[in-house]
Amino acid sequence: MPHSLDTHRIYPRSVKGAFRSLKYLVLVLAYGTYFTLPWLRWDRGGGPDQAILFDIHARRFYLFDLVVHPQDIFWLAGMLILAALLLFFVTGLAGRVFCGYFCFQTLWSDVFVAIERFVQGERTARIRLDKAPWRPIKILKKGLTHLLWLVMSFVTGLAFVLYWGDAPTLVEQFFSAEAPFAAYATTLFLTATTYVMAGIAREQVCLYMCPYSRFQSVMFDEDTLVVEYDRLRGEGSAGRGRLQKTLRDRDSRHQAGMGDCIDCGYCVQVCPTGIDIREGLQIECISCGLCIDACNTIMDSVGWERGLIKYTSERSRLGEKTRFIKAKTLGYGAAILVVSGALLWSVLTRGDLDMSASQIRQPLFVLLSDGRIQNRYELKFNNKSEQTLVLDIGLEGLPGAELDLGTLERIELAPEHSLRVMAKVRLAPEPAGAEQTPFTFVVGTQVGGQQEVVRHPSQFVVPANRINR
Amino acid sequence: MANTTDKPKTGGAVQTTGHAWDGDIQEFNNPLPTWWIWAFYLTVAFAVIYWILYPAWPMGKGFTTGVSEVTFESGGKEVTTHWNTRARLAHEMQASDEAQRQREYLERVASADFNTIFGDADMMAFAQSTAKGIFGDNCAPCHGSGGAGVTALFPNLADDDWLWGGSVDDIQTTIQHGRRGYMPPFKQTFNEQQLADVTDYVLGLSGHQVDPEAAKRGQAIFQGETGGCYYCHLTDGTGRKSQGAANLTDAIWTMIDVPGAADMDAKRRLVSGVISNGVTRIMPPWDGRLSPEQIKLLSVYVHELGGGQ
Repeated sequence: MPHSLDTHRIYPRSVKGAFRSLKYLVLVLAYGTYFTLPWLRWDRGGGPDQAILFDIHARRFYLFDLVVHPQDIFWLAGMLILAALLLFFVTGLAGRVFCGYFCFQTLWSDVFVAIERFVQGERTARIRLDKAPWRPIKILKKGLTHLLWLVMSFVTGLAFVLYWGDAPTLVEQFFSAEAPFAAYATTLFLTATTYVMAGIAREQVCLYMCPYSRFQSVMFDEDTLVVEYDRLRGEGSAGRGRLQKTLRDRDSRHQAGMGDCIDCGYCVQVCPTGIDIREGLQIECISCGLCIDACNTIMDSVGWERGLIKYTSERSRLGEKTRFIKAKTLGYGAAILVVSGALLWSVLTRGDLDMSASQIRQPLFVLLSDGRIQNRYELKFNNKSEQTLVLDIGLEGLPGAELDLGTLERIELAPEHSLRVMAKVRLAPEPAGAEQTPFTFVVGTQVGGQQEVVRHPSQFVVPANRINR
Repeated sequence: MANTTDKPKTGGAVQTTGHAWDGDIQEFNNPLPTWWIWAFYLTVAFAVIYWILYPAWPMGKGFTTGVSEVTFESGGKEVTTHWNTRARLAHEMQASDEAQRQREYLERVASADFNTIFGDADMMAFAQSTAKGIFGDNCAPCHGSGGAGVTALFPNLADDDWLWGGSVDDIQTTIQHGRRGYMPPFKQTFNEQQLADVTDYVLGLSGHQVDPEAAKRGQAIFQGETGGCYYCHLTDGTGRKSQGAANLTDAIWTMIDVPGAADMDAKRRLVSGVISNGVTRIMPPWDGRLSPEQIKLLSVYVHELGGGQ
């Protein structure tokens, strides 16, 4: 039956087990990082003392000892490429474990369900409460649930905002109505989206909104781990069946052709997306493993071996060994190594000075009174260090050319500042020369006692009627 | 009367308006979706609130002005008016943080002398970026956005040749008061031969290969009272800056494209054309149109364009 938005409401039942514990561990780590990181102080010797600070106004991103400038924005592209490759890599190996364990929709839904359970009780109590008429106790319980959800949403929104300003100051400003408008707007927006997505929409987000859940399925192959119900063992030849008085023990069940599934429905009740895993792999499955925990609990209690539902691959089900080392793993793994290596190299070797040189194109060249040709260039320098840099600007590859930096005797670049300098280059063109001659601006400076040299290619343009005649 | 009927295609029951004509002709009632109706009511409520908050309805000769006010300065007077985007723009151009910072920087540059500005990389960068806009708004229509000018009409500001002087003070004077460049036409004064002789002499001044005999005759006219050219162009041909007279000894020609001409005959035609027809060029004064600070920044900018002296 195709899903539609008005299918039955899902009341996930609680379960204990290895995968549930793992999910709680991930949750604690993620929340511990997300909510406390803005409060971590960091001494970077000048500049703000917050470990992670995205300072939009000053155009600086502070990540511990790394200060990211707008010119380094391509690192963001590198990060996103890396994140995408990691997702592909993990999905190819172990299916949608990102969805089940790490996605913030899953994490926050988990917390919101826990709040719901804390106030309203276990699954059956919640179903009963929903069916009950609106009496004070129901209003109280429902109201308290939504209130706690809103508080959780607000804390989530506020924590996000704290990354973009000095956390203690911002909190103080926030509650004395002095914070910037953007802080209130962002907090309000994230409060609303968290409340709606984690409180109300929940699995609908995964089913109808999330694009990743759809395209992850194309990365599956026969070696990808998926949550699967052992149909052979569970159904036997006569299908699953509840524990009955006449068929109490396992042997008598097997003789009757009955499988090991006692059709208790626990695996369905714990599923956060409300599917029955026994019907096979479905697009709704987020690979969270809670049904495995549920089934293992039941198997333990009846004393049969675990693993009626487990993480397995198609190849393993067919009796072969799952191959983890395959072309997809190696390919994505190599790509991850290359991208992370390039990113790391770029971060580690970033210079303290960067420059750009763009030629003034209007006019492209000018004839001087002594017959020479002049081209102008706009040089932009950016100092990423904490000290004043004195720039020594020169030319390379343009013999006989004169460089004129105007009236500036000494070009100083204040710490964390940028500067524009107009440069004029004059040259008596060779009659047989080219219209365009490539050359290089070479800029040297002393950073921390070390000579740093930055080069930028450019070109010198001569009017066509000045050559070849 | 039945208020529903069967919809022929889907078979589901559909509400009707309850009207029936000719016994069996009924009218379906397909009400708008509830969310749509509510969205409509919300827009109505929004409109009513908007009418109260913002200028909205015409009332006789005036109109409802909304609730908030904007204060800005206009012509030395403080004006307070009802909220409108034009007043808000004026207010922000005067009172925003950015405007405040720009004004402070402008005052710093205005109170500094040219030598200080030229020696300070930050001030130079400010002058460059601010004056670029002023130049684009006021000067570019004639001199071009990069100051390259138009041959015969508007001098090139990007080269190092200055008709009226290339020091930053000269440039400031030029912008403040404008210039009126004039060279009389000589077609009544010179006969054909004299014109050709002066042309050869003038071309020879900038190093062109000319007929030495003709140039010698031309020199006599140029340096003598027949032509009187040396009054303005000086005896060495370098030009009197106070008159805006062109330097005839360098490679730059502001009226004609001599370097681009195909051969000597073409060059001669160009030069003799200028001599016989004369030159009249006018640059308007900018004092009063631009503030002294703007003219100062502009002087720095133009000086930097080509390499002032």
